[in-house]
Amino acid sequence: MKVIIDGLRKAFESRVRLGIMSALAVNDTLEFTALKEYLDVTDGNLASHIKALEKEEFIGVKKSFVNRKPNTRYFMTKQGKKAFEEHIMALEKLINSHK
Amino acid sequence: MKTEDKYIKDITEIRSMMERSTKFLSLSGLSGILAGIYALVGAYIAYRLFYVNNENIVYNTIDRQEISAEVGNLIILALAILILAVGTAVFLSQKKSQKDGEKLWNSATQRVVINMAIPLVTGGIFIIILLSKGLYGLLAPASLLFYGLALVNTSKFTFEEIKSLGIVQIVLGLLASYFIGYGIFFWAFGFGLMHIVYGIFMHQKYEM
Repeated sequence: MKVIIDGLRKAFESRVRLGIMSALAVNDTLEFTALKEYLDVTDGNLASHIKALEKEEFIGVKKSFVNRKPNTRYFMTKQGKKAFEEHIMALEKLINSHK
Repeated sequence: MKTEDKYIKDITEIRSMMERSTKFLSLSGLSGILAGIYALVGAYIAYRLFYVNNENIVYNTIDRQEISAEVGNLIILALAILILAVGTAVFLSQKKSQKDGEKLWNSATQRVVINMAIPLVTGGIFIIILLSKGLYGLLAPASLLFYGLALVNTSKFTFEEIKSLGIVQIVLGLLASYFIGYGIFFWAFGFGLMHIVYGIFMHQKYEM
């Protein structure tokens, strides 16, 4: 992913993607349903944003079975963590420079 | 200016999401107030029915048969208070989370329950062992100490005020173990009065 302006990442422009990254930054793993609840979005909407972040390799998927039911959990990759931290730092810098 | 506002909004959003996804914020101040009232009523009943203000209470000089019936009643009373307090907290949290449009049993709640349960279950077993050895005087201090430790342990996953409430309970527990024989007063102060005080404070701060 290219850096667009001043370290801000295009991938985190959308509110949903920013929310997914924020929640995964402070939780080891989260289920699809948990993310859906926090963000208050539809299944389809969330799935497409997750797919986009997965494609950037910012988040990863862990699939397993819990009581024989499929269980999908998401986590933040090292790359994702780095990108997210840089994005926050860029945001802070931009806000401070406007003061 | 469009962009600057957006940046600030992004940061606010990140913060709120991090908080919502890690912290259990559905606890209602009312639960604290009611738990405090149950505890005060319970302490009063215990005081009237069983309490012996005597340092010998620790060493069990009274006939074991006689005291075990009283202790049995005391345990039933304590369990009744516990069930009422926990039941009220669960019920009010359920209502609050419904109002906020969130599920009660999420990963943040699970973290709070696990972090509370480890010191509390340890304390519970410890108290049962104390009782079995006839060390009744240590019941109040031990319950205050382990409850306080449980609160401090859980405070990072819920409202930050819970930490200071925990420290207050720990201090009361230590005092109660030193001034043995006055345990019930420290217990009533910690579980009763402090819950009411914190409950009112948190209700006003977060629910008004």
